[in-house]
Amino acid sequence: MALHELTALELRDRIAAGTLSSVEATRAVLDRIERLDPTVGAYLAVFADRALESAQAVDRRIAAGEKVGPLAGVPLAVKDVLCTSFGATTCGSKILENFHAPYDATVIRRLQAADAVIVGKTNMDEFAMGSSTENSGYRKTANPWDTSRVPGGSSGGSAAAVAARLCQAALGSDTGGSIRQPASFCGVVGLKPTYGRVSRYGLVAYGSSLDQVGPITQSVADAALLLQVIAGHDPCDSTSVSEELAPVEDYLTRLNEPLERLRIGVASDFNAGADPAVREAIDRAVEGYRQAGAQIVELAMPHLDYAIAAYYVIATAEASSNLARYDGVHYGYRTKDPSDYIEVYSKSREEAFGKEVKRRIMLGTYALSSGYYDAYYLKALKVRNLIRGDFVRAFERCDCMMMPVAPTTAFAFGEKADDPLKMYLSDIYTIAVNLAGIPGISVPCGFDEAGMPIGLQVIGPAFSEARLLRIARMHEARTDWHTKRPALAG
Amino acid sequence: MSDLTYKIIVGLEIHVQLNTRTKMFCGCALSFGEEANSRVCPVCLGLPGALPVMNEQAVENAILAAMALNCEIASFTKWDRKGYYYPDLPKNYQISQYDLPLGGPGYIEIPLDGGKTKRVRIRRAHLEEDAGKNLHTSGYHSQVDLNRAGTPLLEIVTEPDLNSPEQVRALAVELQRIVRYLGVSEADMQKGHMRFEPNVNLVIERGGQQFKTPIAEVKNLNSFRALERSVAYEARRQLDDFLETGRTMQMGNKSTRGWDDVNEVTVLQREKEEAHDYRYFPDPDLVPVTPSEPWLAKIRSRLCELPVQREVRYVQEYGLSAYDAGVLTADRSTADFFEEAVKLGASAKRVCNLLTQLGLKLAKDRNSDLAGLGLDPAGVADLAKMIEAGTISASAGNTILTAMVETGKKPDALAEELNLIQKSDVGELERILDQVLAENEASVTEITTGGKKAQKARGYLMGQVMQKTKGQANPKIVADLLSKKLGS
Repeated sequence: MALHELTALELRDRIAAGTLSSVEATRAVLDRIERLDPTVGAYLAVFADRALESAQAVDRRIAAGEKVGPLAGVPLAVKDVLCTSFGATTCGSKILENFHAPYDATVIRRLQAADAVIVGKTNMDEFAMGSSTENSGYRKTANPWDTSRVPGGSSGGSAAAVAARLCQAALGSDTGGSIRQPASFCGVVGLKPTYGRVSRYGLVAYGSSLDQVGPITQSVADAALLLQVIAGHDPCDSTSVSEELAPVEDYLTRLNEPLERLRIGVASDFNAGADPAVREAIDRAVEGYRQAGAQIVELAMPHLDYAIAAYYVIATAEASSNLARYDGVHYGYRTKDPSDYIEVYSKSREEAFGKEVKRRIMLGTYALSSGYYDAYYLKALKVRNLIRGDFVRAFERCDCMMMPVAPTTAFAFGEKADDPLKMYLSDIYTIAVNLAGIPGISVPCGFDEAGMPIGLQVIGPAFSEARLLRIARMHEARTDWHTKRPALAG
Repeated sequence: MSDLTYKIIVGLEIHVQLNTRTKMFCGCALSFGEEANSRVCPVCLGLPGALPVMNEQAVENAILAAMALNCEIASFTKWDRKGYYYPDLPKNYQISQYDLPLGGPGYIEIPLDGGKTKRVRIRRAHLEEDAGKNLHTSGYHSQVDLNRAGTPLLEIVTEPDLNSPEQVRALAVELQRIVRYLGVSEADMQKGHMRFEPNVNLVIERGGQQFKTPIAEVKNLNSFRALERSVAYEARRQLDDFLETGRTMQMGNKSTRGWDDVNEVTVLQREKEEAHDYRYFPDPDLVPVTPSEPWLAKIRSRLCELPVQREVRYVQEYGLSAYDAGVLTADRSTADFFEEAVKLGASAKRVCNLLTQLGLKLAKDRNSDLAGLGLDPAGVADLAKMIEAGTISASAGNTILTAMVETGKKPDALAEELNLIQKSDVGELERILDQVLAENEASVTEITTGGKKAQKARGYLMGQVMQKTKGQANPKIVADLLSKKLGS
């Protein structure tokens, strides 16, 4: 079996057993990046030397019989939204082109403490704003299944890298679907944890009340493995949940045990807006659960229709404030020859921010402006509460919900780039989960007639990741969608 | 003109820097005078990805101060972002409190002349982070020092209840005393720990009509003197302006002025209040604060008798003058020292005199406080008791106090050592007096015949006794004996 055919968990076990060296595994990934990434465009930065040094260190420690961490020697990629003390942290934006963070994000520290090998940082929509990675200030990332199509976004680089096996697994971030949708488009697994499950310290903020870091992987077990490493309270993040309130569970040990008497909630009306191929794949997946003994519960989710409107007010309002710091004064891009300090601000921002980022900053600024605050921001918060209520009531009647991740499969470059509203509407199935702060996972569940992957979204109550992963694993165990690889990945 | 009267109306905004160990939302130590940008971290630099974590000590100190100002303490308070662009503000928003401040309406009693007090209403008190400093030192470019960025500030806003420059100053001084008493701020004016922004206008009565002048806000005053003088100047300027132009307060004609400390004038900064839109919204990086009853009780237990209350009590209970009471209560350690000594049984008046006439002067000369001089209340109490009992004279008491500071010895030992114990043995003093009378018949005659020279002669005889006893005779006993022997 070729190294790239191994999951992160399989690779880890071989390295730990001493039958494979981390240097071999890392070199194999670096070779593939060199060969394939010019076509895929998943990475913004590759740290070949640094990665090999980390791999050597792990190999030495294993040879010496030392205890190593749960990701020892496994080559991983991280989205360039996470601050690293090595390399640049650009967030896909020209305004941070040469920004070198003086610190590591908490999740980066946790990966390193688990002895992972970080091979590079992946492409993304600028400041995680987008659904196709076309808003990157640097490069285009292609969908490994069809390079004329987008990989989804904003974590398109991470999803494409995992799909093309340019790393064993990756981290992404999800504010409105940015892990799940690219995972769905690229035929891999993507988990957005409960808000507060994973530290946001060092995650460059887009919508602070919605952002969450999570894994993008080849398998459900890999998602469990990565979540185990990155989850947990962080005193540096006031919104990360305490151990007493929601202890980190063991996500791997019981992963293969199916859940008995599972009740699955479905909102048929809500799902009707998806493409027929997507609907069929979802229906087929749900039917599979039913045949395995699950009970299907039909749900009404009356407020989900307002999720997109609420999201694009709340996320942009927070973004307009979060992105105020990129001003050309303290770090990052600064305009040449400003005539005064006001021009340092206006020209630096005008020259370095992309179109979509400017659009969202303006939307958010408007929503927070005096005289509009109540009508937009406050109203959006109320809608958010109603959506939370929909889910709370839903989870009184079922253990999880299932729905599409996106209404379509991956679309062609440029198809929606000129129509922001159309692009926004493609987030319809993922956004409500962020507004409610609950976890959702995308698992491969089929292909459309063009051979593009489709993802099944499983949504659970807050801090139910252990059960959510087991439910997703039930599907994975009975199907072989996750074993398919794009031709490009060999 | 003669029928014109006016009243000054002032409301005050005060920023007080709290003396926490670390900044408001990160672990950096508070800074004064360190090398620029040496007390910073990703959080107070506002770097991408960094997140604030609330400093609980700052919230406790702020709540304590709000309690002392009789504010309603919020059962739910939160953090808001106040958005504006300025180079000293690294995130381009300030974390502050908007619609739900931790301290609601309250009041402060300020001392007025003649031992009276005035109640000034507090509108609100909230906590926020300070900005950095822009340094305009090197030609074309300005520099930014972010050492101060993130320092906890308590902002206190009064109602427009102040009616003279003296009252404005009195409030500022009283607030300084309070925050120092509570130990929540060093309130060191030199270090910018207190900054004032008075809002001033006049209500003018003329010809049975009432006029209000446009409000002027004077920014960023950092001394009591500048505060008092700027208000006085504004009152004059606004009156002149009204007489000249007749302009009155209207929507949007509030102006912002700066203080020119050299020429002692206010200078116009912005004619019209700009339509600032700070786009406040709750900071999603921080969780709301809901103070629990046990926590509030713990904070409340740190409350103490406020200086103005102590001052009044010293006059009423101890019979001290208002002036002495003010001096003793100016800072908490002195007042505590004084009360401790009185509790040990010493006369309040004697202790007061020892401290106000000498102790505090010695402390000031050595840039210290009483405890820093090596004095303790028990030693000063013993000294006061010796004076009260006539064992030593009051002036000997001062000599001994100085010696206590210099040598660290106890007062009774010093009295012996320096031979300052008064002779109070009536029999012995009578013998010496008889001798003096026998040697100075002329003086005795002058006294017994009465008249102009009698007083002087008495003084002379007293002096002779003192000389014979090397200054150790108890003057009261000698005077009594003299009266008994010579009458009158």
